[in-house]
Amino acid sequence: MTLFWLRVALICYAAGLFYALVALTHTSEILGKVALHAAYLGMVFHLVSLTEAVVQTGQIATASAHNAESLLAFLIMVVFMLAYMIYKTTTPGIVVFPLVFLLTFVAATGQQPLVFASVVVKKGWLAAHILMIFTGYAALFLSFGASILYLMQERALKSKRKIANGMFARLPALQVIDDIGFRSLMLGFPFMTLGLLAGSVVAEATYGRFDFLDPKILLSILMWAVYLLMVFIRLHVGWRGRRAALLASVAFVAAIVAWMANYFSGMHRFVAS
Amino acid sequence: MKFQLIGVNHKTAPVEVRERLAIPESRLAEACKKLAEHPSVAEGMIVSTCNRVEFIANMKNGAGDLREFLREYFEADPGQFESHLYEFREDEAIRHIFRVAASLDSMVVGEPQILGQVKEAYATARAVGAVRAQLDQLLTRAFAVAKRVRTETAVGSSSVSIASVAVELAEKIFGSLNGKSVYLVGAGKMCELAARHLLAHGAASLFVANRTYDRAIRLAQKFNGQAIEFCRLYDTCDRADIVITSTGSPNFIFKPEHGEKLMALRKNRPMFFIDIAVPRDVDPEMNKIDGIFVYDIDDLQQAVSSHFADRKKEAERAEAIVNDEVRKFHARLQTLDVVPTIVSLQDHLETIRQAEIDRVRGRLGSMTTDQELAVEALTRGIVNKIMHTPISTLKTAARDPESTTVIDLVRRLFNLHDDAKSSGASKVARGASSETSSDSSSEERRQKS
Repeated sequence: MTLFWLRVALICYAAGLFYALVALTHTSEILGKVALHAAYLGMVFHLVSLTEAVVQTGQIATASAHNAESLLAFLIMVVFMLAYMIYKTTTPGIVVFPLVFLLTFVAATGQQPLVFASVVVKKGWLAAHILMIFTGYAALFLSFGASILYLMQERALKSKRKIANGMFARLPALQVIDDIGFRSLMLGFPFMTLGLLAGSVVAEATYGRFDFLDPKILLSILMWAVYLLMVFIRLHVGWRGRRAALLASVAFVAAIVAWMANYFSGMHRFVAS
Repeated sequence: MKFQLIGVNHKTAPVEVRERLAIPESRLAEACKKLAEHPSVAEGMIVSTCNRVEFIANMKNGAGDLREFLREYFEADPGQFESHLYEFREDEAIRHIFRVAASLDSMVVGEPQILGQVKEAYATARAVGAVRAQLDQLLTRAFAVAKRVRTETAVGSSSVSIASVAVELAEKIFGSLNGKSVYLVGAGKMCELAARHLLAHGAASLFVANRTYDRAIRLAQKFNGQAIEFCRLYDTCDRADIVITSTGSPNFIFKPEHGEKLMALRKNRPMFFIDIAVPRDVDPEMNKIDGIFVYDIDDLQQAVSSHFADRKKEAERAEAIVNDEVRKFHARLQTLDVVPTIVSLQDHLETIRQAEIDRVRGRLGSMTTDQELAVEALTRGIVNKIMHTPISTLKTAARDPESTTVIDLVRRLFNLHDDAKSSGASKVARGASSETSSDSSSEERRQKS
């Protein structure tokens, strides 16, 4: 049933994807509303699916890559909805919806065996690790999406032509986009930091050692360093627009690489070797 | 009536051309005088705002072209700007003036500033004697038309002035204007208006820098702001989120190197430059710097194009009013032409009648009062009967485009002189038109001989 609910959620998210594609050329108030409500509904099914997975396995630690992707998609939606509640804008959805759809789609393709969790001790820490890291990822992704929107809005304002019509008329103010990006960046950082700490506690307890040369750990630390640098630059130099987008994409790529490391790490992998 | 109007506006010429033709306030009076003194011009005035430069003249009969004046005044090769010029004559010129005054030709249709600007231009030209007779009538009428359009249509009601467009754009950049600071460079009317709008929308603080420090202080006091000496402009303007420039400076005040410095000082927080000066105060290159947004007067127009559609319908009604007024004014001008002729015709026949009575009085001998009255009534009756048809013909002819031919014919038939015409016309235009009409009629006489 987990998969079934996830697939229902996927159909709901498809409305969001459709909205994002249409938004590139048109504006539609109604479609925006439909997409938003479909996304709400999707999140409910998604939550059901996630809860069921937890109930089935008796642990919150989602042990397959697909479950992890599903959780990440859900957390991204949560962050997106938070931004929506504060700023009353669905435009970040242009970037968020396609990714959420993609993540959910991958997660909904099939079941994977649960192996990884069984060797782990300190399950509470593991759950904390996963939740926090994923919230960090979600925030980072929203920040990345915001910097892309910032770029688009900045272009529109500078070109002086597109302001009155098209999707630019409905993009939030530049400063608001900047706020969304900055706040989610700042929100994500402590989660990411604590998540990594929780992860190292788990690793320590499970393996009794800490292998810095393991690709997962190395890349995670690297990603964290990039994130720290980004926060620092935003705070003290105030980079915005093109340069901020560049920073965000570097951090984003680092995050993806760290994620990918799951597939070839000796310590941190989902599928039994 | 030989109205001629040439000019450029925001539709026909880019700001680069307009700033070359613009005449600063300080030189406007002198320019009007020069225009009125030009050999082909009887009366003239100049409207020079950031969106338009218009030369309006009442030409002497058979005289040439206002372009000549432009070439002489700007000492420029006509090819440089001629392609941007528009030209209107007679009714079309009247219509254009009416439309300009009623703000139908404005960048933001219905914005109220243009009427004030035209009024100022009129006052300036009038003060130096460049506007006296028919132009005076035309402008007075234009102000009445503007008022009519304002009261009878909704064109001005939801008026989006440049100032409110600036507010909208600022909100697009900053979200809320709460706590933002506004920096005025130059203490002009437009600056003041924009500042008022921005403050009304939540902007918190205001700085004013002006070359004349006193004016900066006065304006700053009005808004509870802070006046800043012009020499400290670059040290202080990093505090501003929104900078509005409207100085008369011929060169750019803000250049890219200033922009880079400002962004470093502000830690890249965005800045919005609104440049309503013509010639421009902010180098357009500044717009390329990250975080800096520069809008000049032309860009504001593009930004408001969306507002235009809403008011299109009202604008159409306003155009109908203008058409109506043009027709009325045209008719009135022609009647004015006819009135002096009728007056002098009456004067002329009255003189003959009196002379004839005086001549035969001796032969009639002494008459009773009754007889005297009878002679008076008899002669007056004859004169009136004879005059009836020519006068009513003149009056009908006045509404006809061929009126001048009829008037001319009557004048020739009765050998009416020009001094008589001007004394009649003096009711309408004291002194001024006598010069015009005697000029034109001496020309006519030359043509006849």
